[in-house]
Amino acid sequence: MDNKSQGKSEAVCPSKLELAEVRDKLARAKSGPQYWRSLEELAQTEGFFEMVHREFPRQASVWPEGASRRDFMKLMTASMALAGLSACVKQPVEPIVPYVRQPEPIVLGIPLYFASAMPFGGYATPVLVESHEGRPTKVEGNPDHPAGVGSDVFAQASILDMYDPDRSQAVTYTGFIRSWSDFATAVKGPLNSQTAVQGAGLRILTRTVSSPTLAAQLNAVLAVYPQAKWVQYDPLSRDNVRAGAQLAFGQYVETRYALDKADTILSLDGDFLSSGYPGFLLYARQFASRRSPELKEKMSRFYMVESTPTNTGGKADHRLPVRASEVEQVARAVAAGLGVGGGSAKPEQQKFVAALVKDLQAHKGAAVVIAGDNQPPAVHALAHAMNQALGVVGATVFYTDPVEAKPQDQTAALKELVDDMNAGKVDLLLIVGGNPVYDAPADLKFGDAMGKVQLRVQHSVFQNETTDFAHWHINATHYLEQWGDARTIDGTAALIQPLIAPLYDGKSEYEFIEALTGSSASTSYEIVRTYWQGKMTGDFEPAWRRALHDGFVAGTAYPAKAVTAKSGFIPTLSPASAGDKGGAPNLEVMFRRDPTIYDGTFSNNAWLQETAKPMTSICWDNAVQMSVKTAEKLGLKTEDVVEIDVNGRKVKGGLWRTPGHPDDAVTVFLGYGRTKSGRVGTDVGFNAYALRTSDAFYFAGGKVSKVGDGYGFANPQGWQFIDQSGIPGAEDMSDRHIVRKATLEDFIKNPDFAHEGIEAPAPEFSLYTTASGEPLFQYTAAKWGMAIDMNSCIGCKTCVVACQAENNIPVVGKEQVMRGRHMNWLRVDTYYEGGAENPTAYYQPIPCQQCENAPCEVVCPVGATVHSTEGLNDMVYNRCVGTRYCSNNCPYKVRRFNFLLWQDWDTLQYKMMRNPEVSVRSRGVMEKCTYCVQRITHGRITAEKDNRKVQDGEVITACQQACPAGAITFGDLNDPNSKVSKLRADSRNYGLLEDLNTRPRTTYMAVVLNPNPELEQSERS
Amino acid sequence: MAGVDEKNLALLDEPPVIGPGQTFDSVTDTITDVVLKRPIGLGWLAGLAVGMSLLGLLGVAVTYLFLRGVGIWGIEIPVGWGFAIINFVWWIGIGHAGTLISAILLLFKQTWRNSINRFAEAMTLFAVACAGMFPLLHMGRPWLGYWMFPYPNSMGVWPQFRSPLVWDVFAVSTYATISAVFWFVGLVPDFATMREGATNPFARKVYGMLSLGWRGSARHWTRYEALYILLAGISTPLVLSVHTVVSFDFAIAIVPGWHTTIFPPYFVAGAIYSGFAMVLVLAIPIRKYYGLEDMITMRHLQNSAKIMLATGLIVGYGYFFEAFIGLYSGSTYERFMLHNRWFGPYAAFYWALILLNLLVPQVLWWPKVRSSTSWLFGISLVVLVGMWLERFIIIVTSLSRDFLPSSWGHYVPTRWDWATYAGTIGLFTAAIFIFIRIVPAISIFEMRMLLPQSEVKE
Repeated sequence: MDNKSQGKSEAVCPSKLELAEVRDKLARAKSGPQYWRSLEELAQTEGFFEMVHREFPRQASVWPEGASRRDFMKLMTASMALAGLSACVKQPVEPIVPYVRQPEPIVLGIPLYFASAMPFGGYATPVLVESHEGRPTKVEGNPDHPAGVGSDVFAQASILDMYDPDRSQAVTYTGFIRSWSDFATAVKGPLNSQTAVQGAGLRILTRTVSSPTLAAQLNAVLAVYPQAKWVQYDPLSRDNVRAGAQLAFGQYVETRYALDKADTILSLDGDFLSSGYPGFLLYARQFASRRSPELKEKMSRFYMVESTPTNTGGKADHRLPVRASEVEQVARAVAAGLGVGGGSAKPEQQKFVAALVKDLQAHKGAAVVIAGDNQPPAVHALAHAMNQALGVVGATVFYTDPVEAKPQDQTAALKELVDDMNAGKVDLLLIVGGNPVYDAPADLKFGDAMGKVQLRVQHSVFQNETTDFAHWHINATHYLEQWGDARTIDGTAALIQPLIAPLYDGKSEYEFIEALTGSSASTSYEIVRTYWQGKMTGDFEPAWRRALHDGFVAGTAYPAKAVTAKSGFIPTLSPASAGDKGGAPNLEVMFRRDPTIYDGTFSNNAWLQETAKPMTSICWDNAVQMSVKTAEKLGLKTEDVVEIDVNGRKVKGGLWRTPGHPDDAVTVFLGYGRTKSGRVGTDVGFNAYALRTSDAFYFAGGKVSKVGDGYGFANPQGWQFIDQSGIPGAEDMSDRHIVRKATLEDFIKNPDFAHEGIEAPAPEFSLYTTASGEPLFQYTAAKWGMAIDMNSCIGCKTCVVACQAENNIPVVGKEQVMRGRHMNWLRVDTYYEGGAENPTAYYQPIPCQQCENAPCEVVCPVGATVHSTEGLNDMVYNRCVGTRYCSNNCPYKVRRFNFLLWQDWDTLQYKMMRNPEVSVRSRGVMEKCTYCVQRITHGRITAEKDNRKVQDGEVITACQQACPAGAITFGDLNDPNSKVSKLRADSRNYGLLEDLNTRPRTTYMAVVLNPNPELEQSERS
Repeated sequence: MAGVDEKNLALLDEPPVIGPGQTFDSVTDTITDVVLKRPIGLGWLAGLAVGMSLLGLLGVAVTYLFLRGVGIWGIEIPVGWGFAIINFVWWIGIGHAGTLISAILLLFKQTWRNSINRFAEAMTLFAVACAGMFPLLHMGRPWLGYWMFPYPNSMGVWPQFRSPLVWDVFAVSTYATISAVFWFVGLVPDFATMREGATNPFARKVYGMLSLGWRGSARHWTRYEALYILLAGISTPLVLSVHTVVSFDFAIAIVPGWHTTIFPPYFVAGAIYSGFAMVLVLAIPIRKYYGLEDMITMRHLQNSAKIMLATGLIVGYGYFFEAFIGLYSGSTYERFMLHNRWFGPYAAFYWALILLNLLVPQVLWWPKVRSSTSWLFGISLVVLVGMWLERFIIIVTSLSRDFLPSSWGHYVPTRWDWATYAGTIGLFTAAIFIFIRIVPAISIFEMRMLLPQSEVKE
């Protein structure tokens, strides 16, 4: 302001410009060109330069006299544009409540933790998110949540999804970038015309919704447009579950199990111990708790009737491999044995069924029958009836109101939608999440039908195949960037709170739907908060903050519902129920969700692509799985290229002969063969959805023929049989005592079985002892150790992804994995035993064993790997010159080498995502598991500041924290009361390859199986 | 004696160490003519061209390696060492024959070594040069390779002396240094001879500098002989120690197939085996194309063949006992390792090894074979390949399948592995070809010492 204006009134002389005002004016600009225009206008204003000098003294000082407009743009736009990202910008106040500390100034280097929830599969996965300096870096499970502690692979990898540079970053209209306000304006017209017809042409397609707020919004929309339809579709449909409940109870119910109360478990193709199964977190922990052989007779026994081999079946004491369509016959036979309906099993299955029925009856009141999502409704109904007959309702099985907000027959609703679209009845189609063009049943030809809709809008985090068919695409916020809510499997409502402002100005589904009814200015925060204000009783503010702090709204769990199975419904079922049929001479083609890619949602997630799938260890591909016998019969071998023909629909894929697979069947996994999925997921694997029709959703009849060979799978492990060697004359692997196991009977007689036939050299046999035989070095400070219970481990690979996220481990891609260069520090080895027809499977997570007598330390020429005073084998990245001698000398092969530069130094988003506490390694450097030394250091520093020792449970490694079954225990061996010391002292505890005198700090608890004495262990069925 | 075949009897007679009718002048002229008078032939040019082009390939391969990283090779986890270390051991092994000939045979007063020690020692130097590149190239961060050397530094960190790779540093650098010094010292009188014989003024100047002012006086000779024997004495233990230390790279590790006490003598024997094979591969063409049959006689070829046979048998002993002790030990890992070698994925290479290294060279028992240059040349090539295969089997099969079956892998070399290997062969070839043309390939003064004229009359 110049002197002349001093003293004059405001009308003549504009008041001083404040930075906030400027930003506000700019923020109000809705689109790109408007923004620039505002900046220009501002430049003409008096007082602007004064403001500039005041607020940006450094930039203003370099302001050249007589600067042109162009210079102005150059100099100022950055500061203005970054306004949204700097901490001093005034945003509307939306307090988020951290888990442990109040939102006081962040202490640099100390992360904060916030509870939230990940909407997944129509439920919520409770999470606790670690935040460094205002950005999320790691997702954990919520240890206090009633619906399950621990984590799964999808939650662990979700952080990469949020930072994925291939995410949709802008609103587009037929591919051209627009703004949200453009969309809001454009949709007004079509919406208005719908009002006249009561919304008869309006369709909203979502995935399964459990969010109370979103459901309320959608119902509000339906209230305004009564003729409109809200369709839900999930490619991993639970229609069979719903139909089964209808059959049995005449109503929709949610079924939930309490496996910790079950002595005997029968699963009819339900892979409840596999990531992605609803309730997985609960069931993994409950199941593991009953597998301790110290329980003796109270140790549970698990029978599984399984089609596609999963890690769940691998844990079974007895497993019966049958094709998916044949599970029903077995279910009927078992039910008949329990007095429910009639039926008999095939002759070769009868022994299994008889023993199973006897066992179930012996444990009436403490047994459970689980049916898999892919099984037809009849099987679900039978399971309900059997549970009722066993008298376990309220003990091991609970029925509640459905968690999903609007249960419906999704396939029928989708079919109706497609019919309406084809008939031209749909004028406005809104797709919220999902990718129906890719994953809707192939016979519906969703893309073509969609093309007939006048205005198509898609709201999605990623651009995908459906985007190409939509007019408008709204870039969605990721759950880590938005407010929201969802329900866990017990009905408890979990609040979703953002960890960071939306990276790309996305809109949440709440804001998207709100644009249809209310003002488009409502934010998710307001929408969700308003909803809960209406639902929470008592003083809202403390209740709201408590709910955000805890990660769930207390008291919202659904109460158990008393339902009884309808009488006499079993005879109404046809002997072979209608619907999916696979049968001779065709092979049965079974469709399964992918263990790491789910249904295609995660195909661009490189961590999940590279995670070796449970059981097969394949990564970067979906294989066509087939039994060894059937492959021989058809003259096929692993890595042949085969074509699968289901009623004229054909796809090609690579074949993988799979131990334990039922004969005369193939399994194809969904979620691959994407054509528009970003740089990671496009053109990986084959598209099994192309084979899937709405009348044969989970299994169908088909043919398989060879069309080529040399497919080439990336598989870090491949098959390994612990009782074979593969080389003529060579001893099998059992002499290495890698997996030590016994039956419960044997364990009770001989608790020390794990130490028979092999022993570690006595500690005195060392050159590094004093004259009296004491070791030269005594571990007097903390003595870190880890015990992994192989009985609890379910082989789900969550720990692997957690380690990758925590330690900034790079992804190398399919070709490099084929070259043996995968970088995962932690791997889960899978060993089979008992022949390829129906083997037992053992899972063994292998982190660095932190050997006290480490073979790697002796051979490093530059001393880049050294031993710490607390017993850790420390890897010094900046000293490593990369001779790889340490890896050669490591018997466990836990060391991974950066053969090439695999870290992405350039992508900005990854710089935000990486854990700042762990160095990012470059090429030529060896790396390995460090027992999460960054967490140990944190714990030590905290304890030292408080002048005390580290308490047991204070330092948790990433793998330990993520494990849903609680199989990994880490702690101080010098503390006699620590969990790990107690496990160490257990008779089941052994060291892997301890005969090599490595003295590993990581030890394993031997496997104890609980087979039924009436069924031979070797039979397994 | 009646009935005895005259021809065979004749063969039993040892051929002479030096051809008949040689004088001091003829010896000098025959050897120096190769350098000073002989025109550059097409054959030599062709050979040099091949060597230089492969050397160029080496340059490309090494540049790409440094730019992208060690991942361009086929190595992986678990097989962290592949061609680079195989080639390192192969080249170093080849070098041992030269030092044995130069030093040990000198100390044993085996004067027949006088005609072959010059180029054999040159062979050693070039082989060590080829070998010495690999420890640097195979590192993930070769620009920090100097950390393997014990130099006082501001980090206050020394190399980790318990590691065999550090011992390698000392062994190979000592070996290279001593070999170079020994070779150069041996050349001094011959450079003086070249200085006298050279007509090109530039050549005279260069040879003059290299000859360090040698006048051939009695005082020079006295001191020279003392130094020569001293250097031979220092070099002798190196013949045994260097490859022993290289074998420790494997024997110190716990890997089944590596961790065996037979390795030091077995490796040393193998080194001499392959070294003499390379000596023959060089000697046979050199004597033929440069008319040096009177200097490098059948005696030398036969002796080399006999040494090859003997060391080959020691190597065979090593194979046998490795197998026997492995089976006898009862260790499940050792037994599996052996079965894996015999019947596993690399079985073809193992049996090729037995054929090439053990069976084929047994024909050397026949004197006729030992006297045939074409047979000797062929068998020497076979032995070189066989010894390369031996290191391949030791390194790759042992690493690819060790303790935990979940980590088993499979090593497949890439084109860059082959390119780097071929490149070192090019370096060696080019060096040898250049050596022949600028340095006397046979020790002139030592050949003169073989002549009856050189005996000092009391």
